[in-house]
Amino acid sequence: MTTVTGPATAADEPAAPAPPPPARRAGGRARAALGFAAGAALLFGAAPLVLSDFRLALLAKYLCVAMVAVGIGIAWGRGGMLTLGQGVFFGLGGYAMAMHLKLADAGPGALPDFMQLYGQLDELPWWWRPFASPWFALPATVLLPMVVAFGLGSLVFRRRVRGAYFAILSQALAAAMVILLVGQQGTTGGTNGLTDIQGFFGYDLDDPVNQRTVYFLIAAALLGLLALARQLIHSRYGELLVAVRDGEERVRFLGYDPATVKVVAYVVAAGMAGLAGALFVPAVGIISPALIGIVPSIEFVIGVAVGGRATLLGPVLGAVAVAWARTALSERFPGTWTYLQGLLFVLVVAFLPGGLASLWALRRTRRATPDRPPWWRRVPPARGGRTRTEVPAA
Amino acid sequence: MSLFRGRRILAGTMAFVVAAALAACGSKTSDSTSGTGVSADVSGDTVKVGLLNSLSGTMAISEVTVRDSIMLAVEEINAAGGVLGKKIVPVGEDGASDWPTFAEKAEKLISEDRVAAVFGCWTSASRKAVKPVFEKNKALLFYPVQYEGLEQSPYIFYTGATTNQQIVPGLDYLKAQGKKSVYLVGSDYVFPRTANKIIKAYAKANGMTVLGEDYAPLGSTEFGTIVNKVKSAKADAVFNTLNGDSNVAFFKEYTSAGLNATSMPVVSVSIAEEEVKGIGTQYLKDQLTAWNYYQTTPGGANAKFVAAYKAKYGADKPTSDPMEAAYVAVYLWKEMVTKAGSFDVEKVRAAAGGITYEAPEGLVTVDGPTQHIAKTARIGKVGADGLITEVWNSGQPIKPDPYLKSYPWATGLS
Repeated sequence: MTTVTGPATAADEPAAPAPPPPARRAGGRARAALGFAAGAALLFGAAPLVLSDFRLALLAKYLCVAMVAVGIGIAWGRGGMLTLGQGVFFGLGGYAMAMHLKLADAGPGALPDFMQLYGQLDELPWWWRPFASPWFALPATVLLPMVVAFGLGSLVFRRRVRGAYFAILSQALAAAMVILLVGQQGTTGGTNGLTDIQGFFGYDLDDPVNQRTVYFLIAAALLGLLALARQLIHSRYGELLVAVRDGEERVRFLGYDPATVKVVAYVVAAGMAGLAGALFVPAVGIISPALIGIVPSIEFVIGVAVGGRATLLGPVLGAVAVAWARTALSERFPGTWTYLQGLLFVLVVAFLPGGLASLWALRRTRRATPDRPPWWRRVPPARGGRTRTEVPAA
Repeated sequence: MSLFRGRRILAGTMAFVVAAALAACGSKTSDSTSGTGVSADVSGDTVKVGLLNSLSGTMAISEVTVRDSIMLAVEEINAAGGVLGKKIVPVGEDGASDWPTFAEKAEKLISEDRVAAVFGCWTSASRKAVKPVFEKNKALLFYPVQYEGLEQSPYIFYTGATTNQQIVPGLDYLKAQGKKSVYLVGSDYVFPRTANKIIKAYAKANGMTVLGEDYAPLGSTEFGTIVNKVKSAKADAVFNTLNGDSNVAFFKEYTSAGLNATSMPVVSVSIAEEEVKGIGTQYLKDQLTAWNYYQTTPGGANAKFVAAYKAKYGADKPTSDPMEAAYVAVYLWKEMVTKAGSFDVEKVRAAAGGITYEAPEGLVTVDGPTQHIAKTARIGKVGADGLITEVWNSGQPIKPDPYLKSYPWATGLS
């Protein structure tokens, strides 16, 4: 299903067990396909027509964040793993792509500009060399994060580290990666990161037409990831993942290994974040430690929480809404926008614990039971709709 | 049935998506005609300029003071009749101490607001992030902070010091004082690491020894280990490129370890009047700083600037080097536009070389080829009242040399 979204996503197929869906879901499938088509019409038809080049470039950036959010939706919303360190995988993907593009800009045999300035190197460091080849760099943007996530996930989940401990561990990883990158200024660009990326596989990124193509590429990748995520959620594996979230011990006694189930979700989320990072680079033209540290990692999660973590579309809508609100508020109120943004988060958490996606469910329940008391007099039901979610202690 | 329909809709959507993506392909990197300039909107009787500083996040404490002094210059120029008869309308944006946000806001100021020039950025990382945006759109940025050099963009004017106007004079001063060894302490980012590279090259060529080099993460407040290492190294002086809050922790630790300006003086390049207030004068007494401007710098232009600033923002607000450089930037832009007789970026750039301005720091001259400005270097000493008084200056403005080409010991640095 995702093979048509271009070479960038072709490598994104994890070994997801996807048994043929039961026939009773056929109606749901058609509805999903219709929604998918509507989303494509919006992203490919309406958005480029309505938005200026500048706004479209911003939307491309938001959609990259949304791709990370799809992954967090799977790992956290369905799997109960509060991944506070997705910036690491976003960064691995982004740096892999940026390294290739910097080398391509510099031309064969030449060093990227920042290395000549800060590195005083005579030749390319060995770990940069493979990235000169697109055949290595492109798969690496997705596979590298997945490999790291697999290694880490295997260690952590086999030892039954979970909840807040896992959240803290993943966050520490983000902090460690930033320190590593900043310390190696000569070979990583330090705090500046990799900037001033001119071309994207031979196409000039300054050209608005090419920027638009990059946007289309990102929109297509997002749709592809959504399709993949839906497939995963509705598969037997998806049911197992929710079961592990809601009762890990019970699943273990049923004969499954919860660690494996969790590792798969974590690896998929990492791959999605890596792809998002890789596409972020041509869209925005920069990757730097400031984009992958603790704060941006938490911001990824905030978007998902605002949108509704346990649903398919919630994380995407939340991520785009939060990023858009950030831009809109900061343009209108440059001095006070941070307070307004904070207020928004407080309101969502206080009154819509299931996220924006729960608005839809709320409307449906109200229609079904007209004599229900209004929300301000109601005792909140179990979080996130009908499923119980594991919220690690903060 | 509906399963079938679902497949067909999906397939149709995918075909559409691929077609749309393939249809849109623009120019290749090999085409030389890339880069489309967006001309500023000067049709009315006003001209917009962009103000791009961090109003939130870790850098806000410093960058807000820069924003304030840019606003002061804009108001003064408007009160005096504007630029080419047009009143300046400032458009403020928050860079939020986040480099990609700086790039986003720069793009917005240029392509949506169509400003004639942008004033702002503080950290090198934010400047590196916006540089391609200004070069792509052929728009102007005025960057008002001392920095690590090794850069020369045709669309940026650098009104702060480059290394040969701040760090090299600082080292010259230490050498003249007979200091034979230094210890380097800095925050872990581009400016300190690059500055220390230059310092090490200078030391090697001038018979000084560098006894140690330590970096703390930006915002770190743990300096016990570093100060112990500094103390046991027994260097003649410390060269400090720490930034922000870290200075508070470092100097407290330094003082409590029994070190002071007499036993081991510290030359700081990121501590100005505003920061002295935050750190506390008791920890900084008699320590040295290297800048191009102090609130106490003599001269009528400075007296006027300080008085106007305090009248607008409060008597307890000090003025500092980056604030002054930002204030000067607005006036220099006005002079360039007036000389060019146009807001057109290329004409303004062509008119820039040789423009002089009687700034609060003394006479400054725009150097055409590098787009930096010639400035007088000043070494200062922190007094008990929190102000910094000059103990040495270079006598005349130093010609900017961002790549240190005129210094034989610096070959191979860039």
